[in-house]
Amino acid sequence: MIWWAVIAASLACYGLKLAGLSVPDHVLEHPLTIRVAALIPVGLLGALIAVQVFADGQSLVVDARLVGVGVAVLLLLVRAPFLVVVGAAALAAALVRLL
Amino acid sequence: MSAEAPAPSDRSVVVDSLGVGLATGAYGVSFGAIGTASGLSILQTCVLSLLMFSGASQFAFAGVVASGGNPFTGAVTAALLGSRNSFYGLGLAPRLRVHGWRRLLAAQLVIDESTAMGVARETDRHARIGFYVTGASIFVLWNAMTFVGALAGNAMGDPRTYGLDAAVGAAFLALLWPRLTAWPQRVVAVVGALVAIGVVPLTPAGAPIIIGGAVAVALGLWVTRRSSEDELTASLEHPERGEP
Repeated sequence: MIWWAVIAASLACYGLKLAGLSVPDHVLEHPLTIRVAALIPVGLLGALIAVQVFADGQSLVVDARLVGVGVAVLLLLVRAPFLVVVGAAALAAALVRLL
Repeated sequence: MSAEAPAPSDRSVVVDSLGVGLATGAYGVSFGAIGTASGLSILQTCVLSLLMFSGASQFAFAGVVASGGNPFTGAVTAALLGSRNSFYGLGLAPRLRVHGWRRLLAAQLVIDESTAMGVARETDRHARIGFYVTGASIFVLWNAMTFVGALAGNAMGDPRTYGLDAAVGAAFLALLWPRLTAWPQRVVAVVGALVAIGVVPLTPAGAPIIIGGAVAVALGLWVTRRSSEDELTASLEHPERGEP
């Protein structure tokens, strides 16, 4: 089941890339399409972050993950590189769990 | 980037592109570790980097699998996030002008960084150098580092001991951060988060992401109904570095 989803998602993502290089401009240039495309990553990432930080199955919990993401916010504010942000978040959460 | 120089040489475009390629490809290691920590096999994790090759989509797929959601919910989420690559391709097509089998190969390299390093160039020649050198160097390094991270992640045991679950949230946040350039985007992100949290207890795992995202985009369309297109699409046409 996971394999089928991996293949389907990969094909979909590749197809979307190829479509952009292949379709005539006017198909993708509708103003509404462009606005939707600009908003989708923002809305989805917002939802992804919330679920990743607060959800445990179908319950909501506050745990070490919130500390990790809090550290990430501070580092993003000072423009730290991606790997530093991700690594420090993991370290902070791991330390909280050790205590 | 060297947009300020009067006429950048081929060499400077190559050097700039390789720099972005190295910096971006290196964090394939974080996807490798997170992929296996999410319950994907080493092979599945590596196949995602090879075939999907779009960072946000890959992290999203792994995130849904980790939360116990239906993998096909993960596939839908990944595809929705990957839809922006269509618009990058649209901007790149007149610069690259590739056809036949070359287009099939070039398409796989259409990601945030290769687009950013390609479309802003003065000449088509430099646009192509920027696109191909950035895209190819990220592709090679991202896949190699994914394998390294997957091996390491697999050997570590319970990923939560190492805070890898928090690392996923931090990775998403770092991907979102450069897109929060104006108020409509910030409102959309916060609404997406709040709606997702609200429906977590009510729906199966994976669904809150799609519901939250859909409600947020609908609200965003309403909020921006009078904004000029230029404001909103600036982020699409000049994608920030920070994710493949």
